[in-house]
Amino acid sequence: MGGHLPVDKTFKLFIGGAFPRSESGYTFQVRSDDGRLLANAAKASRKDLREAVRAARSAQAGWAGRTAYNRGQVLYRVAEMLDARSDEFTALLGDGGRSDESARSEVEQAVDRWVWYAGWADKFQQVLGTVNPVAGPFFNFTFPEPTGVVVQAVPDDPPLLGLASRLAPAIVTGNTSVVLAGEAAALVAMSLAEVLATSDVPGGVVNILTGDVSALLPWALGHLDVNAVDLAGSPDDLPDAALADAAENVKRLVHGDPTAASPSVIAGFLEFKTVWHPIGH
Amino acid sequence: MAGPMADDPTPEFGLDYAPAPESTAVVHLADEYGLFIGGEFVEPRSGRTFDTINPATEDRLATVAEGDSADVDRAVAAARTAFEKHWSDTPGTVRARYLYRIARQLQERSREFAVLETMDGGKPIRESRDVDLPLVAAHFFHHAGWADKLEHAFPNRNVAPHGVVGQIVPWNFPMLMAAWKLAPALACGNTVVLKPAETTPLTALLLAEVLQDVGLPPGVVNIVTGAGDTGAALVEHPDVDKLAFTGSTGVGKQIQRSAAIRRLPLTLELGGKAANVVFEDAAIDQAIEGVINGIFFNQGHVCCAGSRLLVQESIAGDFIERLKARMTRLRVGDPLDKNTDVGAINSAGQLARITALVASGVDEGAVLHQAPCDLPDRGFWFAPSVFTEVQQSHRVAREEIFGPVLAVQTFRTPDEAVEKANNSPYGLSAGIWTEKGSKILWMAERLRAGVIWANTFNKFDPASPFGGYKESGFGREGGLQGLGAYVRDAGANA
Repeated sequence: MGGHLPVDKTFKLFIGGAFPRSESGYTFQVRSDDGRLLANAAKASRKDLREAVRAARSAQAGWAGRTAYNRGQVLYRVAEMLDARSDEFTALLGDGGRSDESARSEVEQAVDRWVWYAGWADKFQQVLGTVNPVAGPFFNFTFPEPTGVVVQAVPDDPPLLGLASRLAPAIVTGNTSVVLAGEAAALVAMSLAEVLATSDVPGGVVNILTGDVSALLPWALGHLDVNAVDLAGSPDDLPDAALADAAENVKRLVHGDPTAASPSVIAGFLEFKTVWHPIGH
Repeated sequence: MAGPMADDPTPEFGLDYAPAPESTAVVHLADEYGLFIGGEFVEPRSGRTFDTINPATEDRLATVAEGDSADVDRAVAAARTAFEKHWSDTPGTVRARYLYRIARQLQERSREFAVLETMDGGKPIRESRDVDLPLVAAHFFHHAGWADKLEHAFPNRNVAPHGVVGQIVPWNFPMLMAAWKLAPALACGNTVVLKPAETTPLTALLLAEVLQDVGLPPGVVNIVTGAGDTGAALVEHPDVDKLAFTGSTGVGKQIQRSAAIRRLPLTLELGGKAANVVFEDAAIDQAIEGVINGIFFNQGHVCCAGSRLLVQESIAGDFIERLKARMTRLRVGDPLDKNTDVGAINSAGQLARITALVASGVDEGAVLHQAPCDLPDRGFWFAPSVFTEVQQSHRVAREEIFGPVLAVQTFRTPDEAVEKANNSPYGLSAGIWTEKGSKILWMAERLRAGVIWANTFNKFDPASPFGGYKESGFGREGGLQGLGAYVRDAGANA
């Protein structure tokens, strides 16, 4: 006996902090740019989506109830863990056909993005909230709150930076997320799940499903316990009827540049609450 | 009038006021109105018209054009031309001047607008005079000052107007809702096609005269009157860049379906079923006044009306008795009378809807209490009403009635109050009544609603963002957050 045969990783789903297989039993093959079999990834079903939404809903109040300071530290921890595994992510991106330089640059940018949004946890309220000078004896102020459960279609390219650029601004404020990653982004997304699982992100705050985003998104758009759907990384071929279903519970539909970094991206996943309080004695 | 008369005590002392009607001489109505397109009134291509009536008398006030898709097309084209030819290049300082001029004109003609608003819509003159019109002028004045400060409103963003904005406003606050829509749109450099509500088109058409008088360039604001089909034509028009709608959740969902398919920017301000939560440590007399104002302001035709009273069980019996007694002292009748508290229901259709929902409440077992009042023979009226013994499953507890009807439920603990208040697909507003500050903030954090009134209700201001959570819509109107709905990101900073 000699040598060592590598132990290949089984890629599953990430729901409620655990890594279950798809209940459907379906997988799809992910091959490298040059045709090598990299892994079989789980092909999420409608039932997996429902489970993920349930996990996200269960986790939402607790996550939003954490202090902003704490959420900031958890996101910073994600950056730390991602940075520690940068070689792995660089290799994964390389398997997708990227040059080593391009892959390494994307990993660095993704780490930077997690750090950048971590710092927003205790600042977006001051930048986006207001004290309003109303014409009467009232103290009137407006502050942002998370909208709730967000389903996010993340872009195929760039997979890691795109994921950071959409997920971090959604969860930093107290939303919980169900990420839908297509076949091209599946291994990167599931590897990020391992980062999240070791970063003090509470179970259910981020849930990641891999598979056919065009099939999963219509179910998300029609799901009555989803508050918002992020379409920034979505396929263009969504059927009209699926988009229209968002109106069933007046979902927030979020559009935008999939790699932008701005407090206005954070604002896309927020509600604004205004409180009037009399001034008197 | 539906429902049994109440067992409430009749006032034992005379409180009758002599009639004090506001004169209508200040209003000069034309017999017919065209559409306001490209800076002038034009005949509708549809060839169709409809009458608008005074809901307090059922008398015809004027005949108004009913725009069809060809008319909407013409209005959108006028708005597009105005946007491209000059408005998009008009400096913010100049846009500001137009808005200031509009604000001043509205202040000076405020009484005329208030009387017309009351004639066309049925709301008490006391409200149109003291609430609606002052807020209308304030809204234009406030947003005028934003027009030349957008780079400070949206720092580190390169923003641009959407272009042509389609705006559809409801009949409950016709002028105020038009102001909420028009002022931020124009301040940000958009041009507009506005569709007023079918039953209340007249103040918008009077506003068109003001826009002419202040010299607003033709096509910057176009007003197309009509009903649902006219609104649908505007929603579906392919050359509209952004839509804004205030109205029912049912229609709002239809509009969202259309806008979602086209990935069109949209803001929706929809229905509500707000809880007014009264704790045992509230200032009770203030809370009574607040609950009365919350549901009977504007006949309850208010999306943010406090239509559910949640009163703590320990004080419920006494509170409900005092509430019923206060309700009997509301003066219901001629909206033009300066002493009137509750005016006419806006339309026969709305009266039918209120009547049907109140009947459902009685059928389902809630107990109806109505103020005994002499209602006029003509016009549309509904006596102020309170339901007790309301179950959460009752339609009167779940559905927006949009009339002067309050559903009373009780709670024991603050947690239960939060649970019940949030038990609704709506989330527009909520009220909290307690003298304990920490409890106000604890409740305000937990109530899923866009506007929280603590020890007050139904307060509005152009600097204060307004809008809903959940199925009450998305986007804000008023304040910095509201302004943001009328700009788009135009790419990286130059």
